Amino acid sequence: MKIAIASGKGGTGKTTLSTNLAAFLAEKEHVVLTDLDVEEPNSGLFIKGTLKHSESKYKMIPEWDSAYCNLCGICQEVCNFNAVLKMGKNIMVFPELCHGCYACSELCPKNSLPMKEKPMGELKHFEAAGLSFIESKLLIGEEQAVPLIKQTIDYVDENFPEEIIKIYDSPPGTSCPVIEATKHADIVILITEPTPFGFHDLTLAVETIRELKKEFVVVVNRYGIGDDSVEKYCKAEGITIIGKIPNDRKVAEVYAKGDLLYPALPSVKKVIEKIALFIQGERGDSGR
Amino acid sequence: MKIIFTAKGTEWDSPMDPRFGRTEYFFIYDEDSKKIETYDNRAIENEAHGAGPKTSQKLAEYGADILITGNGPGGNAAAVLQQVGIKVITGAGDMTVKEAYEAFKNGTLS
Repeated sequence: MKIAIASGKGGTGKTTLSTNLAAFLAEKEHVVLTDLDVEEPNSGLFIKGTLKHSESKYKMIPEWDSAYCNLCGICQEVCNFNAVLKMGKNIMVFPELCHGCYACSELCPKNSLPMKEKPMGELKHFEAAGLSFIESKLLIGEEQAVPLIKQTIDYVDENFPEEIIKIYDSPPGTSCPVIEATKHADIVILITEPTPFGFHDLTLAVETIRELKKEFVVVVNRYGIGDDSVEKYCKAEGITIIGKIPNDRKVAEVYAKGDLLYPALPSVKKVIEKIALFIQGERGDSGR
Repeated sequence: MKIIFTAKGTEWDSPMDPRFGRTEYFFIYDEDSKKIETYDNRAIENEAHGAGPKTSQKLAEYGADILITGNGPGGNAAAVLQQVGIKVITGAGDMTVKEAYEAFKNGTLS
């Protein structure tokens, strides 16, 4: 079962919920936690495991071979991203704009744009008690998160059986990386905070996830600050809030030490238990 | 000498467009023939990616010697412009086309 934890706004507690929920569930069964926020993965700050495997990840970029090129220009016509341009007697490729779709390479009648590997990031696989933890990180200067997110999801699919619980810590926002990180999930948990920013970005996240036709629920973090606009909105929209993590100075203290919250804070443990029960219920419903 | 300005309109009094890749118009002035040409680049709005290279490619068709603009091109556009071999002059983003031309002639732009 795949559970993606996302938010609109950054800093609302995706990693806090992902790591605590994964570690809590891992006390009873094998869980895979994957950090898909490849631009700045930070679940690893809270999960202490031993490195089992690491590998470089590559994206495929065309490289112009002038030998047989007849400068027909098909390559630039088929590129949706202006990543290939014909300039006089040269074909220019812009690797940062390229989405690795192969169109120019495949449609070139002279095979003058062979695809070449370009390193984009690093995947690491750690093992802790009951918990497998995967994280990927983009190399400095790489702009596109989506190809690395996709390859990281593929790694998890290839290395772990379908039926175990897989939790995916997603990137913030509502753009392509979030869509890539959530579109494969069975359920999406949107975590937000009851502030005007949290509320506003939750509505954007809900719009996005609805567009993807995904089942989703909401968790409210730092409950007790701000106002009741998130709760009113969820009620009006018929969205289930499955947990409210209370706002508490002690949360910040434990978090700042790099520790998990639920072993130290009973009030948080209660909420995590409730979310775990919800997940177990969902799993029962889906017949797995 | 042929000069291309990035502009928000098609007149000498039009404000300069400080952006290169997403400029609304090119205003092209040929000092020798005193002729003016303009190019409507507003379709670039529909390009989510790669506006810089695309606009540079268009610019190359005019065979100009000098580009006068505001903020200056980004990395991808700069790579194309280098290939084109055009000289890039920046810092004219807050002027009209006419003011930018005069400033260039006075040597106050570089």
